[in-house]
Amino acid sequence: MNLVKLTIDGKKVEVPAGTTIYKAAKELGIDIPILCYMDLKDLNIENKPGGCRICSVEVEGRKNLAPSCSTDVAEGMEVRTNTMRVINARRTVMELIISDHPKDCLSCAKSGSCDLQDMAIRLGIREIPGQEYAEMSTYRLDTSPSIIRDLDKCIMCRRCETMCNDFQTVGALHAVNRGFQAVVAPAFEMNLEHSPCTYCGQCVAVCPTGALTEVDHTGKVIAALNDPSKTVVVQTAPAVRAALGEEFGMKAGTLVTGKMVTALRQLGFDYVFDTDFAADLTIMEEGAELLGRLTRFLEGDKDVKLPILTSCCPGWVNFFEYNFPEMKEIPSTARSPQQMFGSIAKSYFAEKIEIDRKDMVVVSIMPCLAKKYECQREEFMVDGNPDVDISISTRELAHLIKQANLDLVRMDEEDFDKPMGESSGAGVIFGVTGGVIEAATRTAYEIYTGKSLEKVDFEQLRGVDGIRSASVDFDGQEINIGIAHGLRNARKLLEEIKEGKSHYHAIEIMACPGGCIGGGGQPLHHGDASILKARTKAIYEEDRNKPIRKSHENPYIKKLYEEFLGEPLSEKAHELLHTHYFDKRKKIFQV
Amino acid sequence: MSSVKIELRKDQTDKIHTICDSFGNQEGELINVLHKSQETFGYLPAEVQELIAEKLEISAAKVYGVVTFYSFFSMTPKGEFPISICTGTACYVRGAETVLNEFKKQLEMEVGETRTDGKFSLSCLRCVGACGLAPVVQVGDKTYGRVAPDDVKGIIEEYLPAGL
Amino acid sequence: MPEATLLANPVKKQIRIALRNCGVINPETIDEYIGKDGYFALGKVLTGLTPAEAIKVIKDSGIRGRGGAGFPTGLKWEFASKNNSDQKYVVCNADEGDPGAFMDRSILEGDPHSVLEAMALCGYCIGANTGYIYIRAEYPLAIERLKIAISQAREYGFLGNSVFGTGFDFDIHLKYGAGAFVCGEETSLIHSMEGLRGEPTLKPPFPAESGYLGKPTNVNNVETYANIPVIFLKGAAWFSGIGTEKSKGTKVFALAGKVNNVGLIEVPMGVTLREVIYEIGGGIRDGKAFKAVQTGGPSGGCLTEKDLDIPIDYENLIACGSMMGSGGMIVMDEDDCMVSIAKFFLDFSVEESCGKCSPCRIGNKRLYELLERICTGKGEMKDIDRLRNLSEVIKDTSLCGLGQSSPNPVLSTLDNFYHEYISHVEDKKCTAGVCRDLMEYFIVEDNCVGCTACARACPVGAITGERKEIHLINLEICIKCGACMEKCKFDAVILK
Repeated sequence: MNLVKLTIDGKKVEVPAGTTIYKAAKELGIDIPILCYMDLKDLNIENKPGGCRICSVEVEGRKNLAPSCSTDVAEGMEVRTNTMRVINARRTVMELIISDHPKDCLSCAKSGSCDLQDMAIRLGIREIPGQEYAEMSTYRLDTSPSIIRDLDKCIMCRRCETMCNDFQTVGALHAVNRGFQAVVAPAFEMNLEHSPCTYCGQCVAVCPTGALTEVDHTGKVIAALNDPSKTVVVQTAPAVRAALGEEFGMKAGTLVTGKMVTALRQLGFDYVFDTDFAADLTIMEEGAELLGRLTRFLEGDKDVKLPILTSCCPGWVNFFEYNFPEMKEIPSTARSPQQMFGSIAKSYFAEKIEIDRKDMVVVSIMPCLAKKYECQREEFMVDGNPDVDISISTRELAHLIKQANLDLVRMDEEDFDKPMGESSGAGVIFGVTGGVIEAATRTAYEIYTGKSLEKVDFEQLRGVDGIRSASVDFDGQEINIGIAHGLRNARKLLEEIKEGKSHYHAIEIMACPGGCIGGGGQPLHHGDASILKARTKAIYEEDRNKPIRKSHENPYIKKLYEEFLGEPLSEKAHELLHTHYFDKRKKIFQV
Repeated sequence: MSSVKIELRKDQTDKIHTICDSFGNQEGELINVLHKSQETFGYLPAEVQELIAEKLEISAAKVYGVVTFYSFFSMTPKGEFPISICTGTACYVRGAETVLNEFKKQLEMEVGETRTDGKFSLSCLRCVGACGLAPVVQVGDKTYGRVAPDDVKGIIEEYLPAGL
Repeated sequence: MPEATLLANPVKKQIRIALRNCGVINPETIDEYIGKDGYFALGKVLTGLTPAEAIKVIKDSGIRGRGGAGFPTGLKWEFASKNNSDQKYVVCNADEGDPGAFMDRSILEGDPHSVLEAMALCGYCIGANTGYIYIRAEYPLAIERLKIAISQAREYGFLGNSVFGTGFDFDIHLKYGAGAFVCGEETSLIHSMEGLRGEPTLKPPFPAESGYLGKPTNVNNVETYANIPVIFLKGAAWFSGIGTEKSKGTKVFALAGKVNNVGLIEVPMGVTLREVIYEIGGGIRDGKAFKAVQTGGPSGGCLTEKDLDIPIDYENLIACGSMMGSGGMIVMDEDDCMVSIAKFFLDFSVEESCGKCSPCRIGNKRLYELLERICTGKGEMKDIDRLRNLSEVIKDTSLCGLGQSSPNPVLSTLDNFYHEYISHVEDKKCTAGVCRDLMEYFIVEDNCVGCTACARACPVGAITGERKEIHLINLEICIKCGACMEKCKFDAVILK
């Protein structure tokens, strides 16, 4: 490797050629302030437009200041990161950025976790000269079912644009207009609802300011809990328990399942259930569908559609409805665990506790923003009453817990309520990439072969690569499985299918990096893969510690079929647990 | 944002498809495609941009991002008689601004607007290379040189003899 | 659109190299270009020189880029030639965007073949077989003539496969600009050619390394190319014999503003501004007093009387706080307000900023707002300090050439016309009589006949006076709408 010697603030450092000044300074422990720059190194995503100019430094012999985030080191370079020229420039640029930014920090969703606010504090900004006559660039507020775009707060860092286009290939957002009015927006500056947005929330996850935030539904939750006429049922997705602790200063990867249950109970939820229960149910339905298609395929049925695609991820569902509507017959028709839960809660469980579905409020705690949209889809309502009433993110739950003066760290550990709180380890691993297909495999294998699995861990399905493939031996029958996380990777597998080149029998797709554990509603990971890895580890740990590891062995699932549904894919199961998809391409721009 | 929703006729969509095809449906030819489309339609309504995006297999947001970057592209139809006032430096120094203000006053419209009757649109342009004639005004293809504010009324009346 | 005015003032100061054929030949007939030794240089180089030898000629001539920054052309070609690649490109920047310059358009309309020939020469030197001319869509005549010229050159075998039978292939295509001044910046231009927003990216990598479609690309502007064939024909020594020590050859300027003769001029480097303004330009119009000359367009600065005898070249203009730019030269007289001039240029920069980097996107807007305040009488002394600090930071931190130079008009007027800023701010006066908000309406007693028309027109009742008596404007009430002045038939209402 070619090494380059240089000095930064008088200190000598040697780094590989091609290193930026910013990174070289980091080696020396010099933390040059940055704003637009973002390095999601483990996701292979780097955003360095060199736009904000906050990271400017002085380089000996250079006429103007250099952006350290995007200037490579050179042999013998002398860099100064703290001359008065640099400090004045940095402050002045910061004042400029703030001069075009609203000052409503007190009620801003990002307050306290805002990069711009942090930078203002760090640079000691006290007043903005000329603010009283400075024109601000203003834009229409866009409230979609999942995401709020308050572009007055956009600082043109372009991170969202990078995520939406390079990482997700969704193409909902792009830089538009020029100069002072330049901003990142959907086509024709319409609302996200009229764009190909999947609500995956990865833009929200990287936005340094309050320009992109989730729609906050904590107020609705409080109102529901405050309404004595309502029975409020809560379900928590698997990925939440592996990340919620981070919002309370706990180490990434700390499992807080029991503490979370206690907190939810103390918040006043009448029934604290687990989405994992519904994940087990999903496996029963999706697994049966997979086996059905597979058997027909192996028997030579030419009309059968393979590979079968998982359908638990609402961001992914939105993605194919817009981008591949001609293939909408391929994904499994099984509803996502969130929706299966809602549907069963408001039928089976409501009957059990003898209340009308209209008097029940189902709240879901999700690592995801697309879930907010999903629960508002018309096909998941009965006479206008949604199966899941409110979906809030992991971050929103943390806010609720803090508002109630609850100390999650010191909380006792309690168990979920029965019956819909019981789950297998298979339901838990829905939260990570590869998990859904592993859970399905555990059940499908045993049903297909009639044999009991000796080892339930399918290591070949686990991992972090964006696209993975593995084959599983179903007692002499090779089953080819594809896995993708990140929609850019999903697109590749879809293109293969479209071109008839796919050799997979089943494909699992999750929209977010690492699966739900990296969802748009999770505590911000800032691209630090070690955080994602720790969450993944926690999920597998929970799986290992479960007495039951396979969905079809969950006694409450068995009971549900016996008492209510009959068998997988029964008429009742179809009505309550399955769905159909729409061609969204044409609908997008119709206002 | 496009305010008027238009319905493209079959021959119009065909025309756009032909334009895209003539550039091999190449993403890199987007600006040439937009030029040709604007030449054909007079402007670039959202519906045309959507169609181009679909044909070139790029996002509509990207097409819109490009359209709104370049001042030559317009999303509103130009007037029957587009009036352009050169505000290049030479024309500015010789009083283009007062001429522009006179046009705004007489036509009761702002720069970038098209009058509701569709007759006139008003825009500024940078240096037409006729600095010797500064200040310069163009109406359609016709150029007026050394225009003074007093001339404005006469110029407008040429296109609207019956008065405003 | 009228053809550009070529200033045919037969003053000995002018030497025509880039404009040599403009107005002399019929640009739509290749034979006329050939009649003026056209394509001889291409033949001579292709058959007689290696690319390295040819690059040496350009280097020895000392020619520097005519588009603005003045980078040595030979060196640029050398960089592009040394980067190995299966594909390279020659690009001609014809997206002339400086609001007071039109030399490129004149060359393309008057002598398109000279640019084609030069691009082919460049292709041979750097090892490229494809050229693109990125031209403003607003130049329909130039586009038309280029199309004719390209097809004629192909017909004659000067473009296409095996030019002059030497086995060297080279062809040229057109790409259209769409109205973005920032596309004068190489990296922006290349993005625009690729069908993207014309946003600049950081250099390095330079286009010579990674340009159009990621391939080594040489970008020069029209005027630079127009010089190339002549250099090969007459030799590097001839060319470098013209001009000053560091700036060789000639420069085309678009002389405009308050001079008697306006139009395009081509003068050897090293002539003085005084010679240009008084000998070629014929002095200031209407016998008014010279105040300033603005060079370099929106990126340049305003020079004053004290700079008039400095020989014009790249270094000297920068030293006085301006720059060569693409060659706009606007002369101003006593009736021009320098604060307003700075505001005019900032208005341009605000409109043309791409918005990618914050100092340029927001900073230029704030500069404009400060100037606007000063011009409307709301300025305070601290605003002047802010103007300077902001200008310096914008220059120091902006991503590309646009922001790095957009504050120049402010800084140079602050340096040279500080007193005008002071009088706007402290005395609330615009001595040139341009800033309306700083002026007041008065009635000239000698002209007033007491017709009462003004008093009746005044919407706020600020004018008093009996019929047939002299009227008076109460400045406390006056809203400066100008209705009185419009109505007065006796020129009795004045603004000062």
